[in-house]
Amino acid sequence: MKFSIYRYNPEKDDKPYMQDYEVTLQPTDRMLLDAILRIKAMDDSLGLRKSCREGVCGSDGMNINGKNGLACITPLKDLKEPVVLRPLPGLPVIRDLIVDMSQFFKQYHSIKPYLVNDNPPPQKERLQTPEDREELNGLYECVLCACCSTSCPSFWWNPDKFVGPAALLQAYRFIADTRDEATSERLDNLEDPYRLFRCHTIMNCADVCPKGLNPTEAIGKIKEQMVKRMV
Amino acid sequence: MALSRQIFDTVIVGGGGSGLRAALQLAEAGHHVAVFSKVFPTRSHTVAAQGGIGASLGNMQEDHWLWHMYDTIKGSDYLGDQDAIEFMCRKAAEVVYELEHFGMPFDRNPDGTIYQRPFGGHSQNFGERPVQRACAAADRTGHAMLHTLYQRNVRAHCQFFVEWMALDLIRDYEGAVVGIVALEMETGQPMIFQAKSTILATGGAGRIYHSSTNAFINTGDGLGMAARAGVPLEDMEFWQFHPTGVAGAGVLITEGVRGEGGILLNSNGERFMERYAPTMKDLASRDVVSRAMDQEIKEGRGVGHEKDHVLLKLDHLGAEVINKRLPGIREIALKFANVDPIREPIPVVPTCHYQMGGIPTNYYGQVVAPRGASGSNEVIPGLYAIGECACVSVHGANRLGTNSLLDLLVFGKSAGDHLCQWLKSNPQHRDLPHDAADRSLERLARLDNAESGENITEVANAMRRTVQHHAGVFRTGKLLREGVEKIREVAERARNTAIKDKSRVFNTARIEALELENLVIVAEATLVAAEARTESRGAQAREDFKDRDDKNWLKHSLWYLEGSRLDYKPVNLQPLTVESFEPKVRVY
Repeated sequence: MKFSIYRYNPEKDDKPYMQDYEVTLQPTDRMLLDAILRIKAMDDSLGLRKSCREGVCGSDGMNINGKNGLACITPLKDLKEPVVLRPLPGLPVIRDLIVDMSQFFKQYHSIKPYLVNDNPPPQKERLQTPEDREELNGLYECVLCACCSTSCPSFWWNPDKFVGPAALLQAYRFIADTRDEATSERLDNLEDPYRLFRCHTIMNCADVCPKGLNPTEAIGKIKEQMVKRMV
Repeated sequence: MALSRQIFDTVIVGGGGSGLRAALQLAEAGHHVAVFSKVFPTRSHTVAAQGGIGASLGNMQEDHWLWHMYDTIKGSDYLGDQDAIEFMCRKAAEVVYELEHFGMPFDRNPDGTIYQRPFGGHSQNFGERPVQRACAAADRTGHAMLHTLYQRNVRAHCQFFVEWMALDLIRDYEGAVVGIVALEMETGQPMIFQAKSTILATGGAGRIYHSSTNAFINTGDGLGMAARAGVPLEDMEFWQFHPTGVAGAGVLITEGVRGEGGILLNSNGERFMERYAPTMKDLASRDVVSRAMDQEIKEGRGVGHEKDHVLLKLDHLGAEVINKRLPGIREIALKFANVDPIREPIPVVPTCHYQMGGIPTNYYGQVVAPRGASGSNEVIPGLYAIGECACVSVHGANRLGTNSLLDLLVFGKSAGDHLCQWLKSNPQHRDLPHDAADRSLERLARLDNAESGENITEVANAMRRTVQHHAGVFRTGKLLREGVEKIREVAERARNTAIKDKSRVFNTARIEALELENLVIVAEATLVAAEARTESRGAQAREDFKDRDDKNWLKHSLWYLEGSRLDYKPVNLQPLTVESFEPKVRVY
């Protein structure tokens, strides 16, 4: 199978280049990550992040034939050759397929990604109805792979000012949690021409999410809540 | 080369469930703590845990921590230390409620309490019938727990060193641990971190096996660090084979599938577990189910072209239950087995999953080891170990499902609490020895200077094949003796590897070479300890010694890197407050 992979090592290369590889696959190689590891066994200088190899840790996000995804759950049989692999767009490249995710995590941290409830907790669990708990489905499953935020033009242009789809999804995860008592502060924190309102519902985020989540919908719900509290 | 240095009260190596739980305890108490992780913390392997956290909340039916304690001791095949097991089971409810208060999105019952599902080996009233004890967030409990703990640490302003690999412990002339040497992956620079105390929380080393549910990062770094620093490794012969890894892919299918009512079938369509475990059936403990599956396959009742796996049937649960309680499993089955479990069974096979052994500790997380000729167990000052890399031992020869996440919470918190006290009476940093970084620098220099040598991937594959073949579900003396020989050859080869890429910036080849050194240590410990133990207990099933031998082997093994030497220490059969559970025959 043929591959064309983005290469850049700041110690050696003046500028990035694409390197071609051809690799013989074994019948057990089902996912893109399996093929990349065969390439890495031949060329140990190829840099990428990887860990769980089952789509739950979010390490191996990359741009695959023009679309962001996780290599470990992208089936090889669906890919057109040569498979073109590039780092996630819009973030600084450290080396090869490894990007600097500081800006992405800075935005995640900026939404106060933790439950706020200053009432003394009961002796046992806080109660929550199954229906209220269901509101968190489609939100809490995010693996922070950054596939969505780095496919979003608004995040490309303003990564320092626009929170981005991944972190906004998490902002809504806490707004939607009946146990959280900071909805008003959370909305204040997002009421800004850039932080929330740079989302122009292009929907690239929902299109690429490897976990099938829909940040655009969550962003819409945050906007609804803002409108609601104004009237 | 003089390395730059930073100073902390406590350094924690590993940002998974136990490391984050300990960090939280220390950071909230205002201590200057740093967490080192090879990956961004939410990518740690805790994220892959699926089924639940064991705690006798009694939300579904009557339950009691003493029943949980009994189940855990029986599950451990009586090799677990009963003081630590009592400690864990009594603390279980408290740490689960705390996690809920931190924001954990547990599934809920109609009355608003935490949903609990049945799990293997967990029973009511000392083995009478299965009980619903596993506190679950769908089949993504580990993911939900790890993210919740990370989030709570963000709130506590805990300091993280992300994408740093710890290389070695620093011990002073009196044997106290005074910090670590760690490598920043982005720059390739090593640095010294001086600390009053060090917590190893590096997880398991399941990557010593070819077929494993474990992530690539599970390379036993903490075990390698401890062993190189002269600390023994306990009970390394005991590796859990999870009954349901996806055949061919190794990806985990939670025991929660059987908890929700899924059953195992052989090629005759027979629910064979009824023969092996009349009461608990498919919910017998994991060692029992894995052996039964292997037996079925060996006797020709396996499924598929090669008759090399069995089937996990859950379509009878219905689409609603599967989509609500097991959505992640459906996703995995579709992606990795090409089947939709709403209609078809999932092909499964026993797959290496969990390391019961590890760095010996007491239930405060302090590392304890025999000292001097007297052989009495003493605390190594300044060193703690928690989570899968530690051996408290609460899991003994076989861990019960849901007790791993519980272990992370209970002993993460316990180590954090103990350290808060310990730091009060140990307010000063000890001096660094003058050779603090020598061992790490030698390891790095060897890799930098080796012009030719063996390929890392090839040596790693040889190691994994050896362990897989020689230390699998069923073992014999002959297989193990050959395995010891072979793994020593592999260890020699691992000392003569070379990487082509010598660059500094995010050199993953260098990281993998350093990881291989740790893996090989764990692999050797495993084979040597397994060969020596001439009995069958829990996960160690010897065809040449089929019975448990309490007279000679009711004891923990301790393996030392130096001379690949074995020693032993007694099992603690004395709980903290209740009567001891005497060893008896294990029937499910």
